[in-house]
Amino acid sequence: MAKVHVTTTINGEPSEFLCEPNDTMLDALRGPLGLTGSKEGCASGDCGACSITVDDNLVCSCLMLAVESEGHQLSTIEGMAKGDRLHPLQQKFLEMAALQCGICTSGMLVASDALLKRNQNPSEEEVRFWLAGNLCRCTGYDKIVRAVMETAADMRATN
Amino acid sequence: MNIVTDNKWIGQRTIRPDGVDKVTGRAAFAADTNMPGMIWGKVLRSPHPHARIKGIDTSKAEALPGVKAVVTARDIVDFPLDKSVMLGIQDMRWMCRNVMAREKALFPGHPVAAVAATSEAIAAQACELIEVDYEVLPWSIEIDDALKSDAPILHDFMKFEGKPSNIAGRLEVKKGDITAGFEAAEIVVERSFTTRPVHQGYIEPHACLISVGADNKTTIWSSSQGQFMVRAMTAYLTGIPQSDIRAIPAEIGGGFGGKTIVYLEPLATMLAKKSGRPVKMVMTREEVMRATGPTSGSKSTVKIGAKKDGTIVAAHGIYYLQAGAFPGSPIRGAVGCSFAPYEIPHVLSEGFDVVSNRSKVAAYRAPGAPIGAYAVECVLDELAEALKMDPLELRLKNAAKEGTKAAHGPVYPRIGYIETLEAAKGSDHYKAPLGKLQGRGVASGFWFNAGGESSAQVNITEDGNVVVTTGHPDIGGSRAGIANICAELLGIDYRRVSVLIGDTATIGFSNLTGGSRVLFASSIVATQSVEKVIQTLRERAAKIWEIDPEAVKWDQGAAHPVSPNAGQFPPLTLAELAEKAPSMGGPIGAGVQLNTQGADGGFGTHIADVEVDADLGIVRVIRYTAIQDVGRAIHPAYVEGQLQGGVSQGIGWALNEEYIYNKQGKVDNPGFLDYRMPVCSDLPMIDCIMVEVPNPKHPQGVKGVGEVPLIPVMSAISNAIYNALGKRFYSLPMSPPKVLEVIDAPETRQAAE
Repeated sequence: MAKVHVTTTINGEPSEFLCEPNDTMLDALRGPLGLTGSKEGCASGDCGACSITVDDNLVCSCLMLAVESEGHQLSTIEGMAKGDRLHPLQQKFLEMAALQCGICTSGMLVASDALLKRNQNPSEEEVRFWLAGNLCRCTGYDKIVRAVMETAADMRATN
Repeated sequence: MNIVTDNKWIGQRTIRPDGVDKVTGRAAFAADTNMPGMIWGKVLRSPHPHARIKGIDTSKAEALPGVKAVVTARDIVDFPLDKSVMLGIQDMRWMCRNVMAREKALFPGHPVAAVAATSEAIAAQACELIEVDYEVLPWSIEIDDALKSDAPILHDFMKFEGKPSNIAGRLEVKKGDITAGFEAAEIVVERSFTTRPVHQGYIEPHACLISVGADNKTTIWSSSQGQFMVRAMTAYLTGIPQSDIRAIPAEIGGGFGGKTIVYLEPLATMLAKKSGRPVKMVMTREEVMRATGPTSGSKSTVKIGAKKDGTIVAAHGIYYLQAGAFPGSPIRGAVGCSFAPYEIPHVLSEGFDVVSNRSKVAAYRAPGAPIGAYAVECVLDELAEALKMDPLELRLKNAAKEGTKAAHGPVYPRIGYIETLEAAKGSDHYKAPLGKLQGRGVASGFWFNAGGESSAQVNITEDGNVVVTTGHPDIGGSRAGIANICAELLGIDYRRVSVLIGDTATIGFSNLTGGSRVLFASSIVATQSVEKVIQTLRERAAKIWEIDPEAVKWDQGAAHPVSPNAGQFPPLTLAELAEKAPSMGGPIGAGVQLNTQGADGGFGTHIADVEVDADLGIVRVIRYTAIQDVGRAIHPAYVEGQLQGGVSQGIGWALNEEYIYNKQGKVDNPGFLDYRMPVCSDLPMIDCIMVEVPNPKHPQGVKGVGEVPLIPVMSAISNAIYNALGKRFYSLPMSPPKVLEVIDAPETRQAAE
């Protein structure tokens, strides 16, 4: 079967790649595009380790076909820091020890960023329900929730 | 609670050395690495719980275009059944049969062959072309079924009390005479409990990438809790000498004990060897759930006798643990740990290792101990109630302390168990009011902790910074702890210390990351290495100043002359001494390798508040405090992280997680949707109280902290549910259907109103 040619935008850069018609976006990211920051924990949309945004909507890239990215704007963990300047969420996760093994961290950060873009003043409950699709087995989520809320508070203070 | 010390770095919440890589997606986990010419491996797995393998025909698979190699049990080194070959706690007789079924397939998911092909799809297609001639046999999964007199016997050679049996072994620890003990008791509580198998639940599936040269030189990139374990097991199972295998530890995406054995590496090595191509293998989540881990399901009976004043006089525990298809359930943890927090004159603790047709268990955080503690700590709650005593008071009255002789052997040194109970009693949490259908429970736990083999190398770079290499995969922040300690000892900013995990060719033997041993053991060898480096630095400064090395002290990252030369020379900094190194004796560095000793046990006490949703049967944990004697918190945030992570795993075990089997003997919930681990919205904040009773046998006072936090959780929650509903549960998980059944019983409704 011939591969499909896809033209898309990833982290602001025009990108093109070849994929099988049944490849997931996660397959394409981790394979031809070489963006392995998105992780595969389940391939069934249950763990959120592959979270990316598509036109600012948070999705599990394992549940999206690679060909569906044609013409859309995708953002992955690799696009979060600007050069050597970390995003405030990344910095806060480091300072507050909101990661242990790190396998869920990419997805957690992408999902948290998507939340803060919509809601700069989330309650603990809103953070917890927003992140309910991102499994973490190491931290018990405590420090992750605190880091997201503190980042939001910092962002409100500087805006 | 942030513990303030006089130290500059020890006790500080520094940024972890691997942090930036992990928040930017740059960290390389096992599945993230590729190689030129790489092909993909896939495993064909048994669909049957129990079947004799009469023949395997791989010819059609081998003929499929794109297929480069096929391996079966014939390609894996056989370890005959009559002779045990141990690697740590693993018997290679079982390991060789677990990675590839030999005489029989013993659980659904048991590998029977593996294929490497130019794409994953072709490898999967080839697996379907392999013809296996199975003679399907009767099977048993649950302990009671495996112990029936007519139960199918998994291993013909296994005998218990002279008869063929699925009991692989019995272990007991004992102190005093329980018959006399129970005779002296004025009140006795005896209860039986069951727990279900639960998976470690790491988010990263097992993965490896392996390249083998024509000369057998082998490079392994894989995610594990021990690159030396990977090397040794792969060597055993492939026949390639350890010296030809370089095992490179990838970042590990969670392990919790489940990555202390190999599954894929021997298969990928043989596929790579046969095909001459690098082979990558990555498990699916379903494969992880069917064929790796979990920990044991269990049944236990615990009997405790006390005097009317609350003095416990006798205790008897009987624990049956599922081992899975091969012997080796963690009965030692159940038997040894369950009564260990208490001073009891007469104890008998018995464990039985039961095989059945499920995947071989792997270690899971304090292996066996949570199962024993669940039973013991629930019985203690009933005993406290019968005695009309506060449950913390009962524990305080019987708490183990310095000088207590534990049934499993040791006489305790100074320990901090009583301090955890007192901190619990004095906490705001314990005194806070509760609402309707809310309840509070407490429980304690003990874990042995461990030392063992560890190696470190500390090198001073030419520009005067520091690179520390250790040999244990970092699963909980151990690199951050080592950075804090080395910076403290050298008197420099922690950011000048780079901490790396070496591969098997670049650092000396270091045992598994497990048993809460890593920071304890690796900080001993790192400390001794740094001390040697400091000695060299003092000698170098002495040589430059032409004074006696004893007249040089190391302080604040520099050599200083002391009396009689005090003030005569300006200090020489680490950077200055590094710059002068070539002309003053050469490179500066030191390594230490040790079998570390002196790991003292760890104790914790937990308080759980729950609220029961009477309409849905859902139990919600609304407040939780974990209190633990952590020895010395080198990096308090990652110590708290261990406590919080362990508690959340325990909440899953208590309330939701379980393997559910269908009528065909297969796991029916092999994914994260139906095997429900706690998600963010299920949990409250998890408060931590770190009690610090430093370990006197460790240079920084370190005790292991990772295992203890899982141990008390299931019983604390069970006791809390009783406090809320007035009804006790004796089996896990306390999931909505079970809870609803109890709530809907007329007597419970009445009590709640």
